[in-house]
Amino acid sequence: MSQQHIKEYVGNKSVEEIRKDFPILSQKVNGKPLVYLDNGATTQKPLTVINAIADYYKEYNSNIHRGVHALSQFATDKYEESRGKVRAFINANADEEIIFVRGTTEAINLVAESYGRSNLSSGDDVIISTMEHHSNIVPWQMICDNTGATLKVIPIDDNGVLMLDEYERMLSSNTKIVSIVHQSNTLGTINPVKMMTEMAHDKGAVVLVDGAQSAPHLAVDVQEIGCDFFAFSGHKVCGPTGVGILYGKKDILENMKPYQGGGDMIRSVSFEHTTYNDLPYKFEAGTPNIAGGIGLGVALDYLVSLGMGNIAAYEKELLLYARQQLTGMSGIRIIGNAEQFGGVVSFVMESAHPHDIGTILDTEGVAIRTGHHCTQPLMDRFDIPATARASVSFYNTKSDIDALIVAVDRVSELFG
Amino acid sequence: MSGLNDLYQEILLEHNSKPRNFRVVEPHTHYKEGFNPLCGDRILLYMDVKDDVVVDIGFQGSGCAISRASTSMLTETIMGQKIEDINQVFEEVHKMLTEPGAELDVNLLGDLEMLSGVTDFPVRIKCAMLSWHTLKSLIDNSSEPVSTE
Repeated sequence: MSQQHIKEYVGNKSVEEIRKDFPILSQKVNGKPLVYLDNGATTQKPLTVINAIADYYKEYNSNIHRGVHALSQFATDKYEESRGKVRAFINANADEEIIFVRGTTEAINLVAESYGRSNLSSGDDVIISTMEHHSNIVPWQMICDNTGATLKVIPIDDNGVLMLDEYERMLSSNTKIVSIVHQSNTLGTINPVKMMTEMAHDKGAVVLVDGAQSAPHLAVDVQEIGCDFFAFSGHKVCGPTGVGILYGKKDILENMKPYQGGGDMIRSVSFEHTTYNDLPYKFEAGTPNIAGGIGLGVALDYLVSLGMGNIAAYEKELLLYARQQLTGMSGIRIIGNAEQFGGVVSFVMESAHPHDIGTILDTEGVAIRTGHHCTQPLMDRFDIPATARASVSFYNTKSDIDALIVAVDRVSELFG
Repeated sequence: MSGLNDLYQEILLEHNSKPRNFRVVEPHTHYKEGFNPLCGDRILLYMDVKDDVVVDIGFQGSGCAISRASTSMLTETIMGQKIEDINQVFEEVHKMLTEPGAELDVNLLGDLEMLSGVTDFPVRIKCAMLSWHTLKSLIDNSSEPVSTE
C-alpha cells in the first residue's frame, strides 16, 4: 500500500509546531537543513527540558534528601515529583519501585550484580536473545562467569523475529533469569514480552525487560507486561544523558542486596553494623544526577502531552514510508522485517559499506548511525559487518525521509 | 559537494570494487591483524619477505571503501620494496593524512595521493590509516594489537 500522503500530526499537535519546541532542529549541517535520523542513539531535547535543567542550577541548586534549608527541600520535592512522573509513565504500582540510575546499562548491571549474584549458582540458566544490545549481554556473561551459571541465547529467524519454540524448549526449572529486549535497537523488532514473561514465570524465573528503545516509542505498562524489572534511559526519551530508570517489583527489590554502598542508601552506620535505607534509596548511593532526574520528569511530561499512542501511530507511518521507499531501490537489503516493529529501519547496500553511506549522508545533512549498533552477535547472525540505521522520532517529517532517500540515491550514484 | 568527490575519487572507488592482492599469501613470513572495534573494520595483512625484500603481500578482511582502497593501494606500493624503505613510505602517508598542508614527496606517494581527500573528513582518517599502522606493526615485529581508534 502506498504511503505517499502522511498527515503530519501527533494527536492534535502538528509536527511543524512540535519542531519549534526543539531548538536544535532548525540548524544547518554542511550547508543543508539538519535531518536528524539518529534518534535510536539519542533523542533531541525540547526547550522545556533544557530550561528545567538550567532552572535547577540557576535557582535552586542544592543537595537533596538531607538539607533542612529551603532550597534543599525544594530540590528534593522536584526530584521526588519526577520519580512519581516516571511511575505513572510506565504504570508502576508505587514510587518505591522506581530507582534512578545512570541509564539502561547501569540498571541491567545493578540487577545482574545484586539479584544475579545472590540467586545464581552452577546449574542455573540465564536466558537472553540474539538481538540483545551488548549492555544486555556482557553483564550476564560477567555474572555467569562469577557464579558458574550458564548463559543461553534464544535464536532469531531471517526476518529478525525471536524463535519462541526454541525459547520454550530452553526454559526449565533451572532458568533463574530471563533478560530480553522489548524493541531491538538494530532491527526494530518488538518482542512479545508479556507472553515471554508469563512463560518464564511458569518456570519460576524472574524477567528483566530492556526498554531503552521501547519507552520512547510506545506506551509501556509494566503491570500489564508483568515483568519483574524494566530498564530505560532518560536521553532516549527526550531527557538528559546520565539518568535512567530501573523499575523493580517491590517484594523482589526488598530482598535484594544494595548495589553500591555510600551516603543516602543507609539508615545508620557504625563500624560494627550498618542498616540500609528503605526502597528506593537503598539502591541510590551518593548524590544523584539531580538536574537529570528533574529534566527526565519534564521530558516525560512532554511525551505524555503528545500521547504515547499518538507518537507510536505517527512514527509507524514514517517508518512504513521509509521502508517502502528503501525497498523500491535496487541493491538495498533491509535487515529486520518483523511484523511488529518500531523506531528504526536498518539496511545494507550491495555496493557501499555502511560507513561510506554514513559519510555521504552526512554531507547531505542527514544524520544516521552506521556500525554494529552494539549488537555484534546480531551482525554475525546476519553475516554482515555493520548496517546503516535510520531511526525516527515524532519530530521527524516525511521530508526527512525523502531527504534520506535522495541521499541514499547519491550513494548509489557514486558507488554504482 | 566537492569534498565528497575528492574523497571518493574514481581510483579509490575502483580499488574498493576490485581490490589488488586481495588474497591470503601462503607461505608468508609476516602476518598481522588490524582491527577497529568501534567501527568493525578488520584488515588481515600477509607478507612474504626474502632477503629483506617483500616478494609477496596480500590482505583479507572487511571494511569501508576507504580502508579497503587504502589497503589495496598499500599492497601495490609495498610489493617488491626493501623492508628498510617501508618506514619512509609510512611516514609520508602519515604526514599526508595527519598534517594537512605539509609538503609531500609526490614521487614517493604515487597513487597514494588519492587518499588525501580523507583529510576533509577527520572521522574517516582512522579508516585510511588502519592498514598502514598494521604494516608498521608488522615490520616492527610488534606483538601489540593494532587499532587506529
